[in-house]
Amino acid sequence: MSSSDHNTKPGEVGTTGHSWDGIEELNNPLPRWWLWTFYACIAFAFIYSMLYPAWPLVTGATPGLLGYSTRHAVEAEIKDYEDRNAELIARVAAAPMEDPAAIEADPALYNYAVQGGGAVFRTYCAQCHGSGAAGVQGQGYPSLLDDDWLWGGKLEDIYYTVTNGVRNEDNPDARWSQMPSFGTDGLLSGEEIDQVVQYVRKISGQEHDAALASQGETVFLDNCAACHGEDGRGDRTVGAPNLTDAIWLYGGDVATLTETVTKARFGVMPTWQDRLSEAERKSVAVYVHQLGGGE
Amino acid sequence: MSILEKHKILEKNASLLLVFSFLVVTIGGLVEIAPLFYLQNTIEKVEGMRPYSPMELAGRDIYIREGCYVCHSQMIRPMRDEVERYGHYSLAAESMYDHPFQWGSKRTGPDLARVGGRYSDAWHVHHLRNPQSVVPESVMPKYAFLERRMVDPTYMADKMRTHVAVGVPYTDEMIENAVADFNAQIDPYADGVDGLLERYPGAQVRNFDGNEGISEMDALIAYLQMLGTLVDFSTFEPDASR
Repeated sequence: MSSSDHNTKPGEVGTTGHSWDGIEELNNPLPRWWLWTFYACIAFAFIYSMLYPAWPLVTGATPGLLGYSTRHAVEAEIKDYEDRNAELIARVAAAPMEDPAAIEADPALYNYAVQGGGAVFRTYCAQCHGSGAAGVQGQGYPSLLDDDWLWGGKLEDIYYTVTNGVRNEDNPDARWSQMPSFGTDGLLSGEEIDQVVQYVRKISGQEHDAALASQGETVFLDNCAACHGEDGRGDRTVGAPNLTDAIWLYGGDVATLTETVTKARFGVMPTWQDRLSEAERKSVAVYVHQLGGGE
Repeated sequence: MSILEKHKILEKNASLLLVFSFLVVTIGGLVEIAPLFYLQNTIEKVEGMRPYSPMELAGRDIYIREGCYVCHSQMIRPMRDEVERYGHYSLAAESMYDHPFQWGSKRTGPDLARVGGRYSDAWHVHHLRNPQSVVPESVMPKYAFLERRMVDPTYMADKMRTHVAVGVPYTDEMIENAVADFNAQIDPYADGVDGLLERYPGAQVRNFDGNEGISEMDALIAYLQMLGTLVDFSTFEPDASR
């Protein structure tokens, strides 16, 4: 740009002819670079609106010459990743859940399932079971790291639980059982509840009132043994926890046990059948199985 | 140059200039906004979407009152990372009964567009009482007081009429049964449950917080457990031109 284009001294450039009270408007043209950028922007906008969806017409907007759509883009992107892992995904989906040894014997498959399952776990399971799978003690979210399983710790059991969930109303195959509310439904008197609570503290190896506990044994055998077993070791077919191992979902102190017997507990896990693919569910089962407690 | 000469008339008459400026802005506005009202593909037809049940509506108002939208969006964008994490991308139809909508671009917490059915009711109770008790790394505030505040459905019908005024298709029957439907959603054994489910298919009926009475906690969890569960995606065909 030469400086003469921008000379603002009167007389050196022409005026627009506008004059007001003797003040004249100089006719300095816009800088060329600015003007051409402006024209280029108009041209760009026009071409862009031809290539991409833009102009509203009577029944719909113009689709654009490139046929771009965010929905196709996301579909294609997901498909791209799935295609790249297609072979492994197919193998995980076909993996036998009854035979963990067969999966472990195939390092590529096993590694993919554990890593992929870990990602699924951290996205969908960590909110309840904790990012480290240790559960939330005292709130009813079981730890998945120990040997204490409510519904079974075999790979196929874990897979079934992940797929169908526990006590949810969305999946008819969900694992289901319901402890009666012994107190609120009037099945046991307050006295009997005190006795059975002391008995449960006895069989779990905690400090207890010996007299109450011995009376509680009868209450236990009459009311609790059907699910928790005569020895109190629980029953996995009905998800009844082992009461002798001092691992508590809600707590083993007198107050919590009394509340548990009085009002009962009803832990719910959602079904993942619709939200996760078969390969994802199998992967997360393999991941949980190898955390330490898998049988 | 004659058109420029005529333009001088506009430049020299302030009122005329105002009128013509307004005209130009109006045309621009019409081109941008009007098509949204008549274009077929603005809101696709989907199956399953219905107005919110009275309890869900009450929960939604609590959601808005507590400013949940400040940290949580309800809009899953069509991007791989979001679809993988939250589920199917959101459709316009899913927020067509929202006044105001709960979209957003600010996520301190996760998107909630499809949070329904993802966690148990007990988890929501624990999490609203004290989020850190279940998610130690969370920065969400505690909302334990919701459990102690009861919802009064006296003005439920008026609230629904207000929504009718802005275009939500509540029928006279729905408005008439507003309080009954509100009370029925907490009790699966209540007489009104059949009517509730007929008017609001797919409504979840249970005691959400496990306590007596209908607390704000109940209403909020009823709303959260419904989010993203209404549309039947098995019959959904994505419109190719979007």
